[in-house]
Amino acid sequence: MVPLSYYLVLSGILFACGVTGFLIKRNIIAIFMSIELMLNGVNLSFVAFAAHWHALAGQVFVFFVMVVAAAEAAVGLAIIISVYRTRETLNVDQVNLLKL
Amino acid sequence: MTQNPYLWLIPTLPLAGAAINGFLGRRSSKRAVTTIALAFSGLAFALALWIAVGFSSGAAPYIFNLAHWIRSGSFTVDFAFYLDQLSLVMLLVVTGVGFLIHIYSVGYMSEDPSYYRFFSYLNLFMFFMLTLVLANNYLMMFIGWEGVGLASYLLIGFWFTKDSAASAGKKAFIVNRIGDFGFLIALFLIIQHFGSLDFTKVFAQVQPIAPETAGAGFLTAIGLLLMVGACGKSAQIPLYVWLPDAMEGPTPVSALIHAATMVTAGVYMVSRSHVIFERAPMALTVVAVIGTLTAFFAATIGIAQTDIKKVLAYSTVSQLGYMFMACGVGAFSAGIFHLMTHAFFKGLLFLGAGSVIHAVGGEQDMRKMGGLRTYIPATFGTMLIATLAISGIPPFAGFWSKDEILWQAYQSNWVYWLIGLITAFITSFYMFRLLFMTFWGDYHGVQVDEHGHSSHSHDDHGHGEPHESPMVMLVPLMILAFLSFVGGLVGIGNHFQHFLDPVFGSGEAAHAGETAGRGVELLLMLVSVSLAALGAILAWVLYVSKPYLPQKIAAALNGFYTAVLNKYYVDEIYAALFVKPLIEGSTSILWQGVDRKVIDDAINDAADGARHVSDEVRHMQSGNLRSYAGWIAAGAACLIAYMIWRGVGQ
Repeated sequence: MVPLSYYLVLSGILFACGVTGFLIKRNIIAIFMSIELMLNGVNLSFVAFAAHWHALAGQVFVFFVMVVAAAEAAVGLAIIISVYRTRETLNVDQVNLLKL
Repeated sequence: MTQNPYLWLIPTLPLAGAAINGFLGRRSSKRAVTTIALAFSGLAFALALWIAVGFSSGAAPYIFNLAHWIRSGSFTVDFAFYLDQLSLVMLLVVTGVGFLIHIYSVGYMSEDPSYYRFFSYLNLFMFFMLTLVLANNYLMMFIGWEGVGLASYLLIGFWFTKDSAASAGKKAFIVNRIGDFGFLIALFLIIQHFGSLDFTKVFAQVQPIAPETAGAGFLTAIGLLLMVGACGKSAQIPLYVWLPDAMEGPTPVSALIHAATMVTAGVYMVSRSHVIFERAPMALTVVAVIGTLTAFFAATIGIAQTDIKKVLAYSTVSQLGYMFMACGVGAFSAGIFHLMTHAFFKGLLFLGAGSVIHAVGGEQDMRKMGGLRTYIPATFGTMLIATLAISGIPPFAGFWSKDEILWQAYQSNWVYWLIGLITAFITSFYMFRLLFMTFWGDYHGVQVDEHGHSSHSHDDHGHGEPHESPMVMLVPLMILAFLSFVGGLVGIGNHFQHFLDPVFGSGEAAHAGETAGRGVELLLMLVSVSLAALGAILAWVLYVSKPYLPQKIAAALNGFYTAVLNKYYVDEIYAALFVKPLIEGSTSILWQGVDRKVIDDAINDAADGARHVSDEVRHMQSGNLRSYAGWIAAGAACLIAYMIWRGVGQ
C-alpha cells in the first residue's frame, strides 16, 4: 500500500505548480488551468486522507469541490470568451481598465 | 386658601403676550400688536390690583406651587410663587409702572419698523421681572434674574445696527455676568449649608444662628456674594459702568428696565435675604459702604453730563446707592420705600426725557435744548414734579423716602448720613440743572424739520418748532406725576414700614427711635430740605440768572472738571486693568499659544504623520492582481513554515 505521505507530497507538488503557474502565466486560460490544478491538488489530499482515516467526509468534500469547480469553469470560460470578444486579447496585463 | 389662586397667571400673561407678538407680530398689523401687548400687560396689572385688594396680612406668606421641577434626594426645587407684603409691593410697582410704560411706548415707538419686536421684548422683560419678584426660591429668582438680564441686553441693543448700541448691550451683559457669578456661588453655598433653596426653609434654618459678630463665617460669605450679584444688577460700585451705556436703548426701556424695575432687583434680593444679612454684620457694613459711596460718586459724575439721559442714568445709580445704604443700616423697609417712590419719579423723569427728545427730534444734548417750557408745557409740568420729588422737596414722594433713609442712616452712623446729605444736595443741583438747561433760556436746537433723522425716526408734524407729544405719551406721564406727588404719603406715620413689618420683623431699630428721636428727626429733615432748596437755587444762579458762570467755574477747576466730565476715567481704568490684559492674554497665550501651538499643531502633526506613513505603505497596493496573489502565497507559505516550525497539532 502506498503510504499517505506520497499522496500528500504529490498533492503539495500539484498545488505548488498551480500557484507558480498562477503567478507567472499571462495567458488567462493558463491562469485558469493553474487554478484548476490547485483545486485538484487539494482534492488529492482530501481523498488521500479519506482513505487513510476511512472517513467518507473527505470524499464528499471532493464532490463538492468538483461541482463548484465545474460551475466556476462554466462562468469563467464564459467571461473569458466575452473578454476576448471585446478586447481581442487573452493577456491579463492588458485587461486592466479598472486599475487606477 | 385665603389668597388669590390666580397668582401664577401674573407672570404667565406677559409671557403669552411676548410669545404671540414675537412669533406672529411680523405678519400682523400694528394695531393688533398694540392690542396684544397692552392687553396682556394690562391684565397682569389688573390681576395684581385684584390680588392686592384681596390681600390679607394674616395669611401671608402665601405659596402657590405650580409644578415640581427638580427632585433629587432631599433637595427639591419647585416652580412655585411666593406672595408676601414685600413681593406684593414689587408686584404692584412692576406691573403698574410697566403697564404705564407700555402705553407710553405705543406713542414713542410708533414709527419704528421693529414695533412688534420691541413689544415682544418688553413683555418678555415683564415676565422675567415678575418671576424674579414672585419666586419662591433662589433658583426661580435666578431664572428671573438672568431673564431680565437677557431682556435688558436685547432692549439696549434694540437698534442693533448702531454700533454703540450693540456694544452697550454686550457691555451690560458681560458686566452683569460678573455679578451673576457671585450670585451663583452664593446659591451653591446656600445649598451646601442648608440643603435647600426655598426661602422659607433657608430662612427658618438661618433664624436660630447667632450673628457672626466675631470674624466672618459662611453667612458673611453668602451675604457678600449675594451683594456681588446685587452690585452687577443694580449698578453699584464697582460694577455700575454698564448702566450709563445702557442709555443707548430706546427711552421707554431706560425708564422701565434701567430706572424703575430691573436695576432695583438687587435691592429686592438683598431685602429678601435680610435674614441672612442681619446675621452677617460685616456683609451689611459692606452693603452700606458700597451704597453710600456709589450714591455720592455717581451724583458727582451727574453734575457734568450734558446728555439728558446720561444725567438720569447717573442719578439712577446714585439713588440705587441710597437704597443699598438703607439696606446696609438694616432699614430694609426704608430701602423698599425708596425703591417704590424712585420707580415713580425716575420712571417719570425718563419718560419725560423721552418726550423732550421726541419734541426736539431726537436730540439728547441738553446744550442744544433750552426754553422748552413754552413749547411742551405738559411735559414740563410733569418733569417739574419729578424733579421736585427726586430732590426731596416736601410733600413730594422722594422727600418721604429719602428722609426716612437719611434718618435711619443717622441712627446707625452719622458718616453715612453726612455723605447722604451731601449727595442729596448734589442730586438737587444736577436735577435742577437738567431742568433749567432743558426748559429755561432760549431754544438752542436746530429746527426740527431740518433735522436729519436720528437712528429712530420720529414723524415731525410738518412744523419746525418743538412739539408736544401725543396724548398716549402724556397720560402715563400725568399718572406717574400724580404718583410722584402722593406716592410718599403712605410713609407718613410709618404706615408703609408697618405694612412690611411681617417680612422684615419689627426688630428693626426703626421703631425703637420712632418717638424718642422725633425732635432730632425733624431737625435733620429741615437740614436736608434746606440743602435741597440750596441746590436748586445754586442751579438757578448758575444756569438761569448767570449762565456765563459755569464755564468760569469749569475753567477754574480745570483738572477736576475734566475728570468729572470723563466720569473719573473709570471706563478707561477698567479697560486698562481688565479688558486689555484679558484681550491680549487671550490673543497671545490662549489663541496663539494654546489653541494654535498646542491643539491645532497636535491635530495637524497627527494628520501629517498618518499621511507620511501611508505614503510609504501605499506602494503595496499596486492594483496588480498577480502581485496580490504573490503576497497571499508568500503569506500562506510563511504561515505554514511557522506552523511546521512550532509543530502545530502535536
